[in-house]
Amino acid sequence: MNYETVIGLEVHVELKTEAKVFCGCAARFGAEPNTHVCPGCLGMPGALPVLNKRAVEYCIKAGLALNCRIAPFSRFDRKQYFYPDLPHAYQISQDDLPLCAGGGLKIVNPAGEERLVRINRIHLEEEAGRTYHSGTGTAGYSLLDFNRSGLPLIEIVTEPDLRSPEEARIFLEKLQEILRYIEVSDCKMEEGSFRCDANISVRPAGSREFGRRMEIKNLNSFKAIQAALAYEENRLGSLLAAGTPPEQEESRGWDETRGMTFFMRPKEKATDYRYFPDPDLPPLVIAEEWVEAIRAGLPELPEEKKNRYVKEYGLPVQDADLLGSFRETAEFFEATLRCYSGEPKTVANWVMGDFARLLNLEKLTPAQSKLKPEALAAMLQMIDDGQISGKIAKTVFEEMFYSGKSPREIVAEKGLAQISDENQLTAVVREILAKHPGPVADYRAGKTKALGFLVGQVMKETKGQANPGLVNKLLREELDK
Amino acid sequence: MNLEKEKVKHLAELARLELGEEEAAEFSRQLSEVLAYAGKVREAPVAGMEPVIHLLSLANVFREDEVEPSLPREEALANAPHREEGFFRVPRILEEN
Repeated sequence: MNYETVIGLEVHVELKTEAKVFCGCAARFGAEPNTHVCPGCLGMPGALPVLNKRAVEYCIKAGLALNCRIAPFSRFDRKQYFYPDLPHAYQISQDDLPLCAGGGLKIVNPAGEERLVRINRIHLEEEAGRTYHSGTGTAGYSLLDFNRSGLPLIEIVTEPDLRSPEEARIFLEKLQEILRYIEVSDCKMEEGSFRCDANISVRPAGSREFGRRMEIKNLNSFKAIQAALAYEENRLGSLLAAGTPPEQEESRGWDETRGMTFFMRPKEKATDYRYFPDPDLPPLVIAEEWVEAIRAGLPELPEEKKNRYVKEYGLPVQDADLLGSFRETAEFFEATLRCYSGEPKTVANWVMGDFARLLNLEKLTPAQSKLKPEALAAMLQMIDDGQISGKIAKTVFEEMFYSGKSPREIVAEKGLAQISDENQLTAVVREILAKHPGPVADYRAGKTKALGFLVGQVMKETKGQANPGLVNKLLREELDK
Repeated sequence: MNLEKEKVKHLAELARLELGEEEAAEFSRQLSEVLAYAGKVREAPVAGMEPVIHLLSLANVFREDEVEPSLPREEALANAPHREEGFFRVPRILEEN
């Protein structure tokens, strides 16, 4: 029998604000434990939460980028459970009136089919603190750091629209790309600012009812997500095939080293969170004008950008993909293009080639580098105008990258200008011909390949600065005399 | 309005309170009375009135996204019964929530 896999995701994303969501403590990763805490995010009696406006803005931004409706009226609720890293013993979250609802994201699956993954909701909540487990057995204990407590978090919940582990991974990669583009989060899985719980069930193909659902918690890499879902897909499929479908819904963990999921607890015990409206926080009334102002500030999203690069600039799809995936790279490319009248493909080659190589080497992003788009454009123009050769340009480019100087300065300082002076080059050409009678005879005997050797000698003599087109022309003229 | 003993036990469990059988029965009786008293509110004539979604008449109280000083760590940890290298130290937690 054929089976169908059904997957839905819950993605938690930490927002990149300066301060926490309900207090003024710094929202920064990697500080000394318990140094960014106050009575608010430590849950001390009497401290009252006041909502960070930018967190709301970022949540709306994410909602708009994912085609959600922004709720004109929204509020915060208390979600109650006990865990030592949750200092109030409740989490401020949103239950029945989330900030964003509906929406969706289109992906192309490995079979090349376009699929719409609907988004059920996006809500804003606060992050819990961090727990570190220490010691073993009865001597074991836990250590708590509340720096993370109260960081702004959004939870993005999809409908069960994904049909394979690969689709889940593709969706998440695309989601991450968009959220980074709109600059609401760093989305670093390794730092926990982008994490995912996945719900998966398997049913006979064609069935309209869902199979029993398994929730896999705390998946912290794209690789882990795909591997855990593939493992679970197999396990559930085998259970169905053996006529022993799972008896209960479960929360399961992922064991990276053994490459398998494991039972954590039955879902039936699903916590009753007893949500109720947080009396400390007034509701949100989101004006249409605010939403429209945020929408107007959204950048062109990666997908539109990539399509435009292909259509407008005639770039190959692979180039468009490479340039369009990271906002800073795309912005650098476009800024260069604005100051350069030549071919977009030329700019693309330099950005994806030498620039990307040096950025990688120095572990920098385009915006952190000293190279400015105007400087690259000026250098390309100098090549087009025959002022420097393509080969010399590589040296100039590297110098520009490290010093931030203009190409003109570098060419002048280092005497790298292309030699296009006919008299000067004719002299060199004659000298080379006199030095190499053999190849000259070969050429005259019809072995035209010898010309390449002679061009090379002239270039060498001029330290690569001779205008290659002119060298070719002059050599022929001299040889054909 | 009645709050059955089973419901009381469930709530006690969620609140991590230990209740004996007798206590559960007693609280069931007491809480049912409290609910019945508060239930009088339900008799208020509300036909044609807008539902109250929030008790505050305010909306949109925001702070700007600006960092303010945090507590000195010594002060933050001052009331902690146990600590270790700047962390709060608590008994081992086995299950993740």
